[in-house]
Amino acid sequence: MATTRNWFKDVFLFGVILSGLAAVTAYLLAVDRVVTPESFHTTPLTKIRAASAKLDQAINTSIADAQLQSTNRADSSQIFRRLALSLTGSLPSVEELREIEKIAADEQVHWYVSHLLEDKRTSDYLAERFTRVFVGVEQGPFLIYRRRRFRTWLSDQFRANMPYDRICKTMLTSNGIWTDKPQVNFYTYNIIPDVDDETKPDPIRLAARTSRAFLGMRIDCLQCHDDFLGTMNLGSADDPVEGTQRHFHALASFFSQVKNSVTGIYDDLDADTYQYKLLDDDEESVIEAQVPFSEAFDQASKNNLRVRLANWVTHDENLPFARSVVNRVWAIMFGRGFIQPVDNIPLEGPFPVALEQLAHDFMTNGYDLHRLIRVIAYSEAFQRSSTADFEILSAHNSHFAVFPILRLRPEQVAGSIIQSTSLTTIDATSHIISQLTKFGQETDFVDRFGDLGEDEFNEKSETITQRLLLMNGKMVRERLKSQLNSVTRIADLSPNMETAVETIYLATLSRKPTTEESEFFVSQLTDVSSGQRKRKVVDIYWSLINSVEFVWNH
Amino acid sequence: MNFQSDDNYSCHGNDHVERRSFLKIGGAAGFSLLTPVASALARQHNDGPIETAKSLIVLWLDGAPSQLETFDPHPGTDIAAGSKARKTNADGVLIGDGFEQVAEQMDSISLIRAVTSKEGDHARAVYNIKSGFRPDPTLIHPSVGSVICHQTLSDSQLIDIPRHISILPGGFPARGGYLGDAFDAFKIGDPKRPVPDVTAVVDKKRQRQRINDLNFVDQAFLARHANNSAKRAKLNPSNLNAALTMMSSEQLDAFDVSNESESLRAEYGDTPFGRGCLAAVRLIKAGVRCVEITLGGWDTHVNNHELQAGRIKILDPAFAALIRDLKRRMLLDSTLVLCGGEFGRTPFVNPVGGRDHWPQGFSVAMAGGGIQGGRVVGETNPEPKQGARASARLADLKDPHGVEDIHATILKAMGIQYEHELDTPVGRPMKICQGKPIERLLET
Repeated sequence: MATTRNWFKDVFLFGVILSGLAAVTAYLLAVDRVVTPESFHTTPLTKIRAASAKLDQAINTSIADAQLQSTNRADSSQIFRRLALSLTGSLPSVEELREIEKIAADEQVHWYVSHLLEDKRTSDYLAERFTRVFVGVEQGPFLIYRRRRFRTWLSDQFRANMPYDRICKTMLTSNGIWTDKPQVNFYTYNIIPDVDDETKPDPIRLAARTSRAFLGMRIDCLQCHDDFLGTMNLGSADDPVEGTQRHFHALASFFSQVKNSVTGIYDDLDADTYQYKLLDDDEESVIEAQVPFSEAFDQASKNNLRVRLANWVTHDENLPFARSVVNRVWAIMFGRGFIQPVDNIPLEGPFPVALEQLAHDFMTNGYDLHRLIRVIAYSEAFQRSSTADFEILSAHNSHFAVFPILRLRPEQVAGSIIQSTSLTTIDATSHIISQLTKFGQETDFVDRFGDLGEDEFNEKSETITQRLLLMNGKMVRERLKSQLNSVTRIADLSPNMETAVETIYLATLSRKPTTEESEFFVSQLTDVSSGQRKRKVVDIYWSLINSVEFVWNH
Repeated sequence: MNFQSDDNYSCHGNDHVERRSFLKIGGAAGFSLLTPVASALARQHNDGPIETAKSLIVLWLDGAPSQLETFDPHPGTDIAAGSKARKTNADGVLIGDGFEQVAEQMDSISLIRAVTSKEGDHARAVYNIKSGFRPDPTLIHPSVGSVICHQTLSDSQLIDIPRHISILPGGFPARGGYLGDAFDAFKIGDPKRPVPDVTAVVDKKRQRQRINDLNFVDQAFLARHANNSAKRAKLNPSNLNAALTMMSSEQLDAFDVSNESESLRAEYGDTPFGRGCLAAVRLIKAGVRCVEITLGGWDTHVNNHELQAGRIKILDPAFAALIRDLKRRMLLDSTLVLCGGEFGRTPFVNPVGGRDHWPQGFSVAMAGGGIQGGRVVGETNPEPKQGARASARLADLKDPHGVEDIHATILKAMGIQYEHELDTPVGRPMKICQGKPIERLLET
């Protein structure tokens, strides 16, 4: 039995290696065919380009007003790298880069964005980023909370390009069990075990989460006291008032009817009205549900408080809702929002004109996330170079006069190491072994590298652990020596050493080497034995993976 | 005190690349050449009484130990559910029956028996007790070890290895939070295995060539970004030098418990946790500021008594040996030891013989570093009401202390101005600690 199993294993591995070899040979030079993504033709490109141009006009005006210079367009390879990192969390594959070479230069970005938006890697990755927004990263209550199901549900919504307002409304109003209706994990996550009444999610946690996730406003401090810093205004955008503890708890009151039972989340319309003892009061008092601003959008007569809240949050004139997601998607693509922190957007502004334009564009075009991503991706701002012949100051970054460079996130580093050591794209269509390996290695690596948690856009410095992990860690070591990967084959199958060096550069840095770089490494691969050449290829890979260029988005 | 860019916090500088430590960790032989920090500690000891603790060792009991089977037994009561207690060498202090060896060290250990928190979920409670703050989605608070390293930055240049270490980290190792990732604990596994990732995977010649090639690639990239004064400091790959220094440092020996005598290793117990505790002492001696060692498996929702007893069998020899060893090495006065988990367990045994989560009255043990031994602070009710709400459970406690008070006590013992505010990245000033020290533990 064991022998049969080994035989199967050998044959299986041989098959995988053989297909790997074929892929290596194919992608060392060029690809024969290019699959055109469906949305490449169906997208209303003219309208989107017009929106991008309008966005650029606003950004360029702001740059000019600040008397700053801006940079020219980056090399296309850098733009593809940025797109892949922000939308899929890893580098473009050599296979993809070779495919892009076949597309007309002025259509390459549109082709690649269309390709990525139809790729499950993108919906999965964006779903993970947004899952952190809606339910954080903690494991949550045992048995009644299923984070992975929630993320998968969100990924399905993103892939189907479900309007964002509908996704949020569904999340806020759904009933049912956490496994069958994954979106209710938004509620079960907030059931605090062994401290409070287990039959209901905590309204206070839900109020804080709702405010940050759906409105882009941090009002957590108001849970305990009125705002005394003048930094948390509510009431009305035109005539704001300082936020009060009552504002916070009136929002929490919307969740007083949400209960949990063996059949899952439901509304108890006869539940007691929310009560809380405010800081200066001697005893608890009833606090009626009340929206923290823009009361005109609130249908106060509705009995079901969650439905009432969801209608208000997603009201088609509720700008803070649109601003919050536009600012976040922008931050996912640029590494920083128009307003920082991304979920601390003041009600009354001031707002960058570009943010307002994008928010209006998003609202008036059906809360279409794919469209939003395209408008951003096709803008001059996104495609600007990160290098300049003038001194780059913080103001250049905050005005997006240059593309702001940023250290990769842990999962981006892991995903990029794994992708760079395979010439073909590791995605949903990859061999299951590749996918499982990717998942396992990525999880281990991110765990050791240090997950960012919910604190998504804080700029981080490299730690000693991260440096050691890149230099000597298991994942880099195994990816570079594995027979299943392409690394050690490049030396044997490349027609010449220039091609070998070019392929390694494309795989790791998503660009071709400069003449100087090519000569530097080709000389090391020339006039050596086959074994030495293989080792040298691994060494070059190691050096490029450890480089500053590899671990930064630029 | 202002929050500064964590770029300034690298424990190492370029000048360290060629530096070699003269440290030889003294094992049983007792002879050692110490790092400057360790020398300072030794000097203090010789010169007179220690004013403040210098280092912290956290015995982290992941999953939440049962106070009734560990540090707060109520023998003969219903809530004991058959669990017995043991007398100790501290007058009138009883602890769980399984702590045969710790009982002999109780005159050096104090107990806080009515610790409270508002967190009953593991992840949130771990965050709470490790940082002294409840989870706040707008900000990640640093763990106490990170705070200590941040507040003692002046010695960061003095050793080649990280000053904050987590041995056998569980799911929630200590982290730097808003102080920066540079203050995250450096994570290692069982000390019988080599320190992870500190050994080059190729021979010296190839490694040199790899580093040369890396420098070539980096120089070209950095030259292209030379005008970026906004990100210049963060682009600097100075950690490469720090990593190379650490990889060749003799201070790495401090992680290697095989240098200790067989008899000493046996005292700690032949377990990963026991070896972790022994490594902690060696690391403290080398100048490390905070070491956390995790012992998991305390989440006993089923079959509580047997499972807790199994954990105690590992904890007892390690904890007791740690106290003895620190005394022998004259490090107990300068090293504060904390032992506890994220919350306690219900006084009531559930139908499957388990105890569930209980954040309203659990126990933490502290020793050394200015903490007086043999004292007990707080008391839990031997007859709590089943099914009572959280407020009623809290009313059952005498002299309760929130987890933030444990933090204030540690920080005060370490001479850290715990009430100072730090600026945070979100612009909100934040007190280092929001608790008050438990003075009874510190008063001589």
